[in-house]
Amino acid sequence: MKLSELSYGSSARVVSVDGEERITKRLMEMGVIPGIDVTVIRSAPFGGPLQIRLLGYKLAIRRNEAETIEIETPSDTQEND
Amino acid sequence: MDGKPTDRELMIALAGNPNAGKTTLFNTLTGLKQKVANYPGVTVERKVGRWAFGGTGVRLIDLPGLYSLDASSIDEEIALEVLTGKIEGSERPDAVVAVVDATNLERNLYLVTQLIELELPVVVALTMMDVFEKEEHTIDIKKLSDMLGVPVVAVQSATGRGIEELGEAVLSSAGSSVEVPEGLRIADGNKIFNRYKFVSNIVQETVRHNDRRAHQIADRIDSVLTHKFWGIVVLLGILLLIFHAIFSWAAIPTDLLDEGFGSLADAARSVMPEGMIADLVADGIIAGVGGVLVFLPQILLLFFFIAILEDSGYMARAAFLLDKLMGRIGLHGKAFLPMLSSFACAIPGIMATRTIEDRRDRLATIMVAPFMSCSARLPVYTLMIGAFFAGQTVLGFVSLGAVIMLAMYLLGIIAAVVVAFVLKRTILRSAPSPFVMEMPPYRMPAIRTVLQSMFERAWLFVKRAGTVILAISIVLWALTYFPRPAEVAEPTTEITQVSEGDAESAETAAESEHLQNSYAGMLGHAIEPAIQPLGFDWKIGVALIASFAAREVLVSTLSIIYNVGDDADEESPSLISAIREAKRPDGTLVWTPLTAVTVMVFFVLAMQCMSTVAVVRRETNSWAWTLFMVGYMTVLAYAAAFVTYQGGKLLGFG
Repeated sequence: MKLSELSYGSSARVVSVDGEERITKRLMEMGVIPGIDVTVIRSAPFGGPLQIRLLGYKLAIRRNEAETIEIETPSDTQEND
Repeated sequence: MDGKPTDRELMIALAGNPNAGKTTLFNTLTGLKQKVANYPGVTVERKVGRWAFGGTGVRLIDLPGLYSLDASSIDEEIALEVLTGKIEGSERPDAVVAVVDATNLERNLYLVTQLIELELPVVVALTMMDVFEKEEHTIDIKKLSDMLGVPVVAVQSATGRGIEELGEAVLSSAGSSVEVPEGLRIADGNKIFNRYKFVSNIVQETVRHNDRRAHQIADRIDSVLTHKFWGIVVLLGILLLIFHAIFSWAAIPTDLLDEGFGSLADAARSVMPEGMIADLVADGIIAGVGGVLVFLPQILLLFFFIAILEDSGYMARAAFLLDKLMGRIGLHGKAFLPMLSSFACAIPGIMATRTIEDRRDRLATIMVAPFMSCSARLPVYTLMIGAFFAGQTVLGFVSLGAVIMLAMYLLGIIAAVVVAFVLKRTILRSAPSPFVMEMPPYRMPAIRTVLQSMFERAWLFVKRAGTVILAISIVLWALTYFPRPAEVAEPTTEITQVSEGDAESAETAAESEHLQNSYAGMLGHAIEPAIQPLGFDWKIGVALIASFAAREVLVSTLSIIYNVGDDADEESPSLISAIREAKRPDGTLVWTPLTAVTVMVFFVLAMQCMSTVAVVRRETNSWAWTLFMVGYMTVLAYAAAFVTYQGGKLLGFG
């Protein structure tokens, strides 16, 4: 599942970040790394960026950037077990 | 390393994430003993101050706010060069004070790991401890320091807590050798991942978070301010308030300044013997520079609001709300601040584009920022509207002048949108750049930070008045003053009988005659064929040429051309009636309402500001882009003015 598909208010764990190098690097520097938990809070108007929370702070990222972030939700983990 | 240097002043760098409290700490440590300049070749600000403690003094250099040292933006590149001593005129710092926001520990410590990897002696200054403690989290500072391998000091700028301790820690670590902790020495694998793993382990061992969610209030504010509908409503309300303030609150100080410069010019005349020098000082220098400085109240007000929006954390929300809309045009959400600033003056606006990381995005923003109607266009609009549209209404109650004024602002915005759209799909096409932007916690703006940022930006404007505008005023004055005919030396001697009013008008008539024969007059005649299709005569041509130095010069040049004396302003009745009554040699009126609209359209679109040209050259580091901008804006202005005038005539106006 991708972070862009997560519904507002839900949390998930980052599995991988795999997009264009420059964007991936920026995301990871800001703390979007495999293993951390992120919550999608809301989106901007007109289909704009997403507001997410991670490591106790808020970050805005565009939808196409969120599409490069692979996540797993608690239900995914149970299925895998 | 050769141990502690004793023969020279210590140099300490201050590094930290944006919004970590770095500026506040820098101010606390240095007091007012600081100097702002630019790094050689680029326009990244370089702030240096003296930090005195325990009888010693150190040079404290404030780095730009950073998330990382990976050199992907200009700011990061410069910071890395300063830290590694590669930048011109400065050595590798003896130690680094890393400002770390305790409430956002993981991401802030990420930068610290990079500083340690550079083998620089680091002292961590933990800020925002008051917020951290209020939220009832706890932190084991001793253990944090042990695990990081560097001293950690909790500081609070407002109370002075930890400041002395910080000084001692810096003194004892300056110049010492650094051992990179085991966890950061792994060479293989993803470096970023590895650093975060190291940091996250430390945070888990040292911090106890109180689970009672303290973000609640901030979340509730955000749920309104970044709401899809209400967020936009609030943003529009804020913009409305700002523009209202600029136009109404600033009027009183602006008038006072205007009167002040008028009396200053009179005073200068009264103390100096009549002649060329007195003319130069009063008409050239004081009128020229004063004409620009009267915009200072408006500019200060706009920057005051912008500083509050930035310091409170709101600006990031505005960029978040508008990113998609700006993206459709081809601009980045972060272009909002530069565009807003450009309504006061394009110079600080263009300088504010530095936060846009992608070079092409940044260039596109710079190319269209001057379309925003800056305060220098206001006197032009005011004069034109005052002369031809005053007192008229549309629909019976809306002032026609206000409608036209609004239309001019909109025309500039539309031009910016269209040009940006075209540029981003042609010569400035680029892969989408990251929009990864922190939404900092809301904070009460610190008065000192707000005032400081306001004055720093306004100073750029004042400096331009003192340098470029001063030089241009003198040149312009000379162009209208020379060549000096000998016979007008003493015009009053022969007409002593006539009344004082007549003598004055004879004098101004002679001056007008002289203007026609001056170099400026010759230039006006030379370009007359080119501007005739716009409905302009040679006199307007002179004013047009002059206003390529700075737009507001139009008003003072027209006052000279129409003999209404130098103290006329855009609202003076004499200048307005002179414009209304000006005739061509064949007896027809020069100005019609259509001419006035054509002039305004030209002024919305043309690149008539030497200082902006100079700033664009510096910021883009390219003459090609600078000339491209001047060229396309002038062509666009001419074409739009042509269409306005000829189209208007066809429709039966004018």
